[in-house]
Amino acid sequence: MRFAGSAKNYGAVSALKPTDLEIRDGEFMTLLGPSGSGKTTLLNLAAGYLEPSAGRIFIGERDVTDLPARQRNIGMVFQNYALFPHMSVADNVAYGLIVRRLPKPEIQRRVAAALAMVRLDDFGARRIQELSGGQQQRVALARAIVIEPDVLLMDEPLGALDKQLRRQVQLELRRLHEEHRRTTIYVTHDQEEALVLSDRVAVMRDGSIEQLGTAAELYDEPVNAFVAGFIGESNLLPAKVVSVSGVEARIDIPAFGQSATVSAAKGLKASNDARLLIRPEHVLIDREPDGLAAEITEVVYLGELTAFNLRLATGETVWGRQITDRSLKRGMSVKASWKRASARIVPKN
Amino acid sequence: MARRHIETLLLLAPAVILLLLCFVVPLARLFSLAFTDEAGPFATFAILAESNVYRRVMVNTFLVALAVALITVVLAWPVAYILTKLKGFWFAFALYGVLFPFWISVLVRTFSWMILLERNGPLNRFLVNLGITDKPLALLFNDTGVMIGMVHVLLPYAILPLYGAMLRIDQRLLMASDGLGAGLFDTFRRVYFPLCLPGLMGGATFVFLLSLGFFITPALLGGSNAITLSMLIASFINDRLAWSLAAAASLVLLVIVLALLAATAKVLPFGKGMYAK
Repeated sequence: MRFAGSAKNYGAVSALKPTDLEIRDGEFMTLLGPSGSGKTTLLNLAAGYLEPSAGRIFIGERDVTDLPARQRNIGMVFQNYALFPHMSVADNVAYGLIVRRLPKPEIQRRVAAALAMVRLDDFGARRIQELSGGQQQRVALARAIVIEPDVLLMDEPLGALDKQLRRQVQLELRRLHEEHRRTTIYVTHDQEEALVLSDRVAVMRDGSIEQLGTAAELYDEPVNAFVAGFIGESNLLPAKVVSVSGVEARIDIPAFGQSATVSAAKGLKASNDARLLIRPEHVLIDREPDGLAAEITEVVYLGELTAFNLRLATGETVWGRQITDRSLKRGMSVKASWKRASARIVPKN
Repeated sequence: MARRHIETLLLLAPAVILLLLCFVVPLARLFSLAFTDEAGPFATFAILAESNVYRRVMVNTFLVALAVALITVVLAWPVAYILTKLKGFWFAFALYGVLFPFWISVLVRTFSWMILLERNGPLNRFLVNLGITDKPLALLFNDTGVMIGMVHVLLPYAILPLYGAMLRIDQRLLMASDGLGAGLFDTFRRVYFPLCLPGLMGGATFVFLLSLGFFITPALLGGSNAITLSMLIASFINDRLAWSLAAAASLVLLVIVLALLAATAKVLPFGKGMYAK
């Protein structure tokens, strides 16, 4: 599936700026962003529920820009599932096949297979209202998949589930995708979901894609402070870029009273207002004798990990995280340091 | 716990007593009249059942009510649909258009129809001048006139529940149907219409029941050519002072209505949350 300069405006308001995006065959692509970032708009353009103000949309070689949703052969899973309340589970799943006028035996066979795939074998005769949220979600998925769509579209499908169930369904979705390798566009504002599920993630903000890449690329090499802050936990400290040479930059870090050379985001220019990204797991305690003097102001036990908050001599605070070590106590004075090889300087925006 | 019960009872008492005195007692008194005929407790029912005239009146009443309910629902559909699509000024305008007739007395509206439907009234003159018909149509003092008048009066009762049902339909269900490949007709037949059905049946039942007991409109527009049960009951009382017969006819009407309601409720599982979200 491919977007070529696709855009959507509502009057003078631009919900989606001209966007190029290609989703490879069999790829699981997640559109990740806060609300109002244009991710749902992009999804609705893919589905055909919205008409683009500009640009073309292709599914394979087919230009579907002017086709209504019913002619695009897409499978859509809505946030509230949008299951037909007056039909049984089996009738919901069969719907796309019935309106395609397929022969009855084939419909029955495919519905049974789809229900088995989402592990709802014996639920065909149930009414929608009798199902739990997680089960409804799986019916919605079966209904979308049973028509063998060219693209599977999902709009925050786990938004209405509680956290534990969400975990479980995430893994289920992962398994289904591994088995069937169906081209999928998935919209969410939950970064964990995006990282667990996706082959690639497009981080969106204000109607355009900030960065497109694999989970590891987004985590290790964010292009700016927004992406760095949106993916994973992060410490973003104001820093001054003195000079840039290739993939590295020389910076001053007022919070540490230090200068350092760290890897630089692509396109970074010398500036007074950049951000130094240090992931919490790269904050070290008492490893270097000449570390910065700091005080532990908070210790949060997370099971295998322990998070801690450090206050530096300059008053700046930094979050750290390490394999649980019971010796950390609030109020302790420590020598803090950071893994320079893993830190990164990124533009503020 | 017991205290709470007493408090609840005390709070309910005024309303319950009012209902008992003003509604239940008179009704019971009326129906008890049905069994007070000199010829025996069920003589009145025998008269009603044996008389050809009364039977025909009863059948006619139900047929007219059924026809009115059908026509009203068919006319209400597009109005309700358009109401769901309008916004702002035009919505208010259309809604008041629907509600406006409520503010005019049924009597006035019925007399207006008498003038409009007259043999030499504006409607007939219009049809003759257009050449649609050679001689004026008989629109008054028959079932046609009764139905026209009743449909007009009862239309809002069908529009409002239908509008409510249409408004409650989640637009995403229609989008889902579209996305699954359904054409407009399939979406209508398999999703939109079934979800409107509770409102449709609610409105139709409402109109049907109101038509069964309608008096003014059939009396004025139908005259002696289209007698309905309510007119019959009125004549029992006004012309013949036959209170027991009137009571019996009322009771028969009530029983039939309740039976019909029970039957509809059985066929259409309202209240079981079939269409509830």
